[in-house]
Amino acid sequence: MSQPVLTFTDRGIYCPAGDFHIDPWRPVDRALITHGHADHARPGHAAYLATDGALPVIRHRLGEIAAEGIAYGEARQIGGARVSFHPAGHLPGSAQIRVEVDGQVWVVSGDYKVVDDGLSEPFEPVPCHAFISECTFGLPVFTWPSQKDVAAEINAWWAANAAEGRTSMLGAYSLGKAQRLMSMLEPQGPILTHGAVEATNAVLRAQGYPLPETIQVTPDTDVKALKGALVIAPPSTLGSTWARKFGPASTGFASGWMRLRGIRRRRGMDRGFVISDHADWPGLQEVIKSTGAESIYVTHGYTEIFSRWLNQQGYDAAIIPTEFGGEDDAEGGTAS
Amino acid sequence: MKRFARLFTEIDQTTKTTVKTKALADYFTQAPEADKLWCIALFSGRRPKRAVTTTNLREWAAERAGIPLWLLEESYPIVGDLAETIALVLPPPAQASDHSLSHWINALRGLHDVSLDERKPRILNAWDQLDTTERFLFNKLITGGFRIGVSRKLMTRALAQATGQDEAVLAHKLMGGWTPETTSYHALIEAEDPAADQSRPYPFYLAYQLDEAPVTLGAPEDWQAEWKWDGIRGQLILREQAHHVWSRGEELMTDRFPEFARAADFLPPGTVLDGEIVAWEGTQPMPFSALQPRIGRKTVPKKLLREAPVILLAYDLLEENGADLRDVPLSTRRARLDALLADLPSDAPVRASPVVPFADWYALAVTRAKARDFRAEGLMLKRRDSPYLSGRKKGDWWKWKLDPLTVDAVMIYAQQGHGRRANLFTDFTFAVWQGNELVPFTKAYSGLTDKEFDAITAWVRKNTQQRFGPVRQVRPEHVFEIAFEGIQPSPRHKSGLALRFPRMSRWRHDKTPQDANTLDDLRALLAAYG
Repeated sequence: MSQPVLTFTDRGIYCPAGDFHIDPWRPVDRALITHGHADHARPGHAAYLATDGALPVIRHRLGEIAAEGIAYGEARQIGGARVSFHPAGHLPGSAQIRVEVDGQVWVVSGDYKVVDDGLSEPFEPVPCHAFISECTFGLPVFTWPSQKDVAAEINAWWAANAAEGRTSMLGAYSLGKAQRLMSMLEPQGPILTHGAVEATNAVLRAQGYPLPETIQVTPDTDVKALKGALVIAPPSTLGSTWARKFGPASTGFASGWMRLRGIRRRRGMDRGFVISDHADWPGLQEVIKSTGAESIYVTHGYTEIFSRWLNQQGYDAAIIPTEFGGEDDAEGGTAS
Repeated sequence: MKRFARLFTEIDQTTKTTVKTKALADYFTQAPEADKLWCIALFSGRRPKRAVTTTNLREWAAERAGIPLWLLEESYPIVGDLAETIALVLPPPAQASDHSLSHWINALRGLHDVSLDERKPRILNAWDQLDTTERFLFNKLITGGFRIGVSRKLMTRALAQATGQDEAVLAHKLMGGWTPETTSYHALIEAEDPAADQSRPYPFYLAYQLDEAPVTLGAPEDWQAEWKWDGIRGQLILREQAHHVWSRGEELMTDRFPEFARAADFLPPGTVLDGEIVAWEGTQPMPFSALQPRIGRKTVPKKLLREAPVILLAYDLLEENGADLRDVPLSTRRARLDALLADLPSDAPVRASPVVPFADWYALAVTRAKARDFRAEGLMLKRRDSPYLSGRKKGDWWKWKLDPLTVDAVMIYAQQGHGRRANLFTDFTFAVWQGNELVPFTKAYSGLTDKEFDAITAWVRKNTQQRFGPVRQVRPEHVFEIAFEGIQPSPRHKSGLALRFPRMSRWRHDKTPQDANTLDDLRALLAAYG
């Protein structure tokens, strides 16, 4: 048996044949990046390769970097490895990375979701021998309601708040979830954004992603004049002094974790909306099956439980040690 | 069930008491009577008798969900609630239905009449007709502990809003041994005769902890002091030749404490006393550890009756000659209590808990410091002109406890909490030194702030040395001050002792594990206070 296509080092996932890393967490010479979230696109690498769709946000976040873009599906030879990027459906521009060495195909999923959110390039299954899958929500208690149902639920909440003169404050991660929410909702009033969200909006709009009209909240914004507004902001800002200027408000948090009542209550928000950019339990099963892979490496989430389950299903499953966070960081990390 | 699920969702989506009360009041206005009665029952701690074990539920749910049992078991601690875990793993309902809350409760009660084999298809059938929220509630009816952010007090207030009745009157009506099987909504709430149930106790008045100096309470002559006993709060009721003993948690304890049968020999019918049940030896209470073996036992062996006989140390008279005295000032109630108990022989199962005389607050503080010598936990301060209120109300009754005992201990095991605390490490095991070995001696769950729980949780995740199922052994690095109310010998524990009400009073960032206390230190406390 020849050398494996990918190995797992203390810097992250490594391809010996191509001498590059994928989403490494320590500085390396050449990094292939699945998407722009902070735990995947880290600063300090000598060279970056990411999809054309993901690169503007990565540049926006990391500043001056030596980076190159690549189209979905475009094949590129790096040393002895042939690589290509394929839509992961996680957020606009996000990718799975396919690596082929001597006819052996491995795929690194990055973060992914199966459903089409109407904004991100929809997930495409990539046949492979070995699949490296995240499993942030790899427990059977995590199944997502349809986007349509959640949108209706948020719209109703927004409308009820507007009718009672309350601002609707929705906590969502500033890259991905925030834009997904604003584009799936039926406006019941103006949409206001926190600066962190608006900065991402500007980058995505410039790329041509269709986002609705939004108003960035600045110190000069007369928020009280904007009746019936929905404010989309990073969750951490909702309990801060920044949030107080909106007067009477109802708070909501949009995340897959809101599926669990205990976590919902601990967040201390009025409402929790179950919507995630990660695959739910049925989604994970479906994707893993569709790759045709026999070897599954799991990372990012309930890895011990999920790998045990996969082994019982007849896969050859193992856990990749990561510094992404792993099982325990799941709730506290950026994953949502 | 949809109406009840909607009520639950409205309550669950808010932290505002007014919104919860309004939702409940609406429910009490609109729901059918049988459902209203069950709703009152559930929120006052009553529930249908369990017909299915949780083991059965887990097995059936896993089978129905098409997952192995271990996967459901692994999911449970992460979700933090079994009823919820099961509701979440089950496939969507095959046929929707909208039967009432009482329909499903009756279905559960019907399970007692059929064999185990027949129970399973009935439960599966129920799951198949209920959506996720309804299933969660249905499962909660089986697994018990219906705690969803509605206190009994809040429910009573909502019922008062819906019926226009006085809240305190309703609170009294809801006391006692009724169940939805033995009464109706009309008989319980609407009927005019509150004396219908001769065993019915009065709602207990509960004291607040005094956190400031007693001088803030004003003139000492307005206050009465008593010892605060470490026993079981109880109400002794003598009516129509029968006697009843109630705990504060509204549990009927009459059979558990047969000593009180003789109370009727000394006291007239129409008497209700409030006091503390303690194990008694001649002139003073025994330590709480003597009473403990009697708490769990429904029938008491003769030996135990001999070793730990109980009495009621009475401190209030709520009913005399059948008349409700609760609106009479404490000073008058106390005088009548003393008169009533004055001539009782020393072997009567009731004694007056003495009033502790004091000239000024300073003198009382000196007396309080000696509380442990009297087997008391501190003092109670009660305003002399106060009526007997119901529930926990600030202002007239205060408990002024001794400072707790404390030791510094090292955290060695951690476990995740449940419910709101799921996914947070909140349950810890602590150890003290014996030579070079750390000996576990107590667990503690409370006392830290949310921020501190977050911090310790992050630390536990990075410093786990070994896992034993849900329990993690962590690097012995952090020292906590453990506060507790009492200490007693315990052959069941490796350390040979057990603490009463242990909690984490401080995270000692300033101490290293070497600074923690020793088992010998604990043994010295045991010798002094056990």
